[in-house]
Amino acid sequence: MDFLTIIQVLDGTVRLAIPLLLACLAGLFSERAGIFDIGLEGKMLMAAFFSAAVAYTSGNAWVGLLAGIASSMVLSAVHGLASITFRGNQLISGVAINFLALGLTVLIAQDWFGQGGRTPSLSGAARFDSIDLPGAITRIRDMRDAGPLMQFYSELISGHSILVYLGFLTVPITWWVLFRTRFGLRLRAVGENPEAVDTAGVSVVGLRFAAVAICGLLCGIAGAYLSTAIQAGFTKGMTADRGYIALAALIFAKWRPWYALYACLLFGLFFAIDNRFQNITLLGFQLPVQFMQSLPYILTVVILAGFVGKAIPPRAGGEPYVKER
Amino acid sequence: MTFARSLLASAAATALMAGAALADPAIIFDLGGKFDKSFNESAFNGATKWAEETGGSFAEIEMQSEAQREQALRRLAEDGANPIVMTGFAFATVLGEVAPDYADTKFVIIDGVVDAPNVRSVVFKEQEGSYLVGMLAGMASESGTVSFVGGMDIPLIHKFACGYAQGVKAANPDATIIQNMTGTTPAAWNDPVKGSELTKAQISQGSDVVYAAAGGTGVGVLQTAADEGIFSIGVDSNQNHLHPGSVLTSMLKRVDVAVYNAFTAGADGIEPGIVALGLAEGGVDYAVDDNNAELITEEMMTAVDAAKEKIIAGEIEVHNYETDSTCPAM
Repeated sequence: MDFLTIIQVLDGTVRLAIPLLLACLAGLFSERAGIFDIGLEGKMLMAAFFSAAVAYTSGNAWVGLLAGIASSMVLSAVHGLASITFRGNQLISGVAINFLALGLTVLIAQDWFGQGGRTPSLSGAARFDSIDLPGAITRIRDMRDAGPLMQFYSELISGHSILVYLGFLTVPITWWVLFRTRFGLRLRAVGENPEAVDTAGVSVVGLRFAAVAICGLLCGIAGAYLSTAIQAGFTKGMTADRGYIALAALIFAKWRPWYALYACLLFGLFFAIDNRFQNITLLGFQLPVQFMQSLPYILTVVILAGFVGKAIPPRAGGEPYVKER
Repeated sequence: MTFARSLLASAAATALMAGAALADPAIIFDLGGKFDKSFNESAFNGATKWAEETGGSFAEIEMQSEAQREQALRRLAEDGANPIVMTGFAFATVLGEVAPDYADTKFVIIDGVVDAPNVRSVVFKEQEGSYLVGMLAGMASESGTVSFVGGMDIPLIHKFACGYAQGVKAANPDATIIQNMTGTTPAAWNDPVKGSELTKAQISQGSDVVYAAAGGTGVGVLQTAADEGIFSIGVDSNQNHLHPGSVLTSMLKRVDVAVYNAFTAGADGIEPGIVALGLAEGGVDYAVDDNNAELITEEMMTAVDAAKEKIIAGEIEVHNYETDSTCPAM
């Protein structure tokens, strides 16, 4: 395996890790505030559809992104209403959101575009093109002859869509917001001990709604990335369970932003390896493609069981806050 | 998730049932959806053509999950639809169980084989069409490396891959062929993101022509090929128009003709048994239209048409992967 191959696998890792990372951080905000959210998948899917649909209609990817974020935040508001205001079961509300998104996207898409639950292909300004940093090689085919440093620069650093850079930037921002601001401290407190926050005269409901809204925002970006950056259009169920993998990554990361980055990159790496090496011959024995494709999941179980130690969720997670009994 | 899908689909099915008169034909689309721009869409076009020509109507159901197959079949049969056409190899097992219960209903299965007195099985010689597009790929490739993205890892898709590989080797004996499958579950027909990633991985290994036989996943493959400036080859339906100038050709599998013929023959005219449609029967072919006329040179056309004649005449035997599960050209 040469250097370029390694770089290309890492490049694939970045592309595949970004939607996971955004969704994972979305979940992190929500769960740190004590609202479990298994509706990440549904929000991403809804955002993927609306960003593609609006980007196609308006011809502008940024307008699409905003529409995607808005649609995802509407679902967040539904989740908030059910689980914060009406104190319903957070898991059930999340499942409902996933169902709703799966059905609604196809229904609206069919009614809107009449192409069987997909949007037309996006082109030009309706899509987030990859940004080529100055001096970078753009064609994969020319890459072979370049020097290692150039390969590293052109393949791994340059040539991603702006949402990828934005995604990475979200990690330090999340860390800063959660651990260096007053809002972050209160948000974490509300997930651990809402009574204490309430006693201090801060609105538990308000904080939790804020957290859920941030969750919607990040899921919206993740969805828009799927349908307008790495793909050019929405197809039915295109999130392909990435929201659930993000949840696994969140537990894996013990609800911490930097660990979330590492966990998502690790998952991305597994998927990239599985895409690149479908049949590896090891010691004269060919590993079947089925094995390679289940490798990410096998490794997850191994790592979770062996290396992570105990993952303790926020103490008040999953429980609606009742002021007085 | 499955529950919501079934709920949605059964609601859709109920709505459709209401309009279906007795003895109307019916069609069931496999996972991947009616508008996959490929296999199912081709079937839908055949059905629509029949409806437009005869003014008749037909019932349709789109599969949303594996669990619905039997339910959908029984439902249509009990509502009196006749004949019932289904697209996809995955119906074979279910149909084997359902067909004997409705002896008066004629079933047509495309891409699968079921041995029953009221079932007609239509299979295609995909290896022959794939051989032709493989030759085009071999001639169009500058790097000498071409690739294949399959949907679900099943013998049928290997049949495409194997025919393709033989065609490539016929045009360029030194060519390298990279083959990837998207997945091992039916979800592999509907993951364009993964299709893109596989294509990128193949391009980085030197491929400059990619052939997608992957249903909805193929949309991502063709998109990436267009983005990266390499050639792609579509499948089942004519996909040349999706990215003019990038889609080299499409391997046509005339599912539309099979559906049209079944609908036209009607319940009384359908002969049970197995029909294999190849180049000779016009069941498979490669597509040339305005969108790709510039990409295919005179020379390429002559070579491919010569090979086509030879296959029809039996002078070239394209190996069928399904007979022995091996591929000599891979």
